[in-house]
Amino acid sequence: MKSAVIVFPGSNCDRDLAVALEQVTGRKPDMVWHRDTALPDRVDFVGLPGGFSYGDYLRSGAMAARSPIMRAVVDAAERGVPVIGVCNGFQVLTEAGLLPGALMRNAGLNFVCRPVALTVENSQSLFTAAYRSGEEIRVPVAHHDGNFQADETTLDRIEGEGRVAFRYAESVNGSARGIAGILNDAGNVLGMMPHPERAIEPAHGSSDGRRLFEGLLEAVA
Amino acid sequence: MKARVFVTLKPGVLDPQGKAIHHALEGLGFAGVNDVRAGKLIELDLADGTDDGAIEEMCRKLLANTVIENFRIERLENA
Repeated sequence: MKSAVIVFPGSNCDRDLAVALEQVTGRKPDMVWHRDTALPDRVDFVGLPGGFSYGDYLRSGAMAARSPIMRAVVDAAERGVPVIGVCNGFQVLTEAGLLPGALMRNAGLNFVCRPVALTVENSQSLFTAAYRSGEEIRVPVAHHDGNFQADETTLDRIEGEGRVAFRYAESVNGSARGIAGILNDAGNVLGMMPHPERAIEPAHGSSDGRRLFEGLLEAVA
Repeated sequence: MKARVFVTLKPGVLDPQGKAIHHALEGLGFAGVNDVRAGKLIELDLADGTDDGAIEEMCRKLLANTVIENFRIERLENA
């Protein structure tokens, strides 16, 4: 599987994502700079990493969503290439219009940095096929703006269409309906605040994130 | 010419920062504050003749996230 990780100024989980992808797929991803205008040829998977792109200026993810490489990412997503945005990557995907809703300041106002329990809500997606529906997993979060909000109609729609991939199984950030990760309508774009790439081996305290990449590899290969 | 863009959260959107400011004001002993909503003021220095449509497009494309925010443009003709 040929993967690409987008690097914005201020990304700080790009290496974590690259290491996770290399461990699971056996192939180093291409690191793509935000000023580039094209993705590598025949890329099978694109990852937007966590961090604080552009220092979270204006709104988290707002500047990164308008950077040159994002046009290529939007085109790839529209062609059906799987795209994942983790943490700041999720914020970028909502700002780019690839996913609905917005990620606002945590309801408790604190930066939340700890492992949290998640429920896998949909195990039928490209990204979650290696999990059981309803399974509880542990994956770390590290964010200040993870409070997912959308209007009620949008929330009802994404729930009804099975597009909630992960839900917090505990109180974390005030997200509407406890939403931790959502899919686009075609099912090939996933945004999630928790960091699966930081839970891929026992030394991380949990390897529950590994199956996300394994499931994806199986689906794409 | 200059223009000011006021970006505010839509009514009904939870504003944790506004709530924190509200609590801090109460903590300082200011009574009678019913609610606080925080927003942004962005000042633009523009070429003369920039039309309203262009400023509105800037707001829609970048300055405001219209999923959660409203914006209001104020032109300062003589500035």
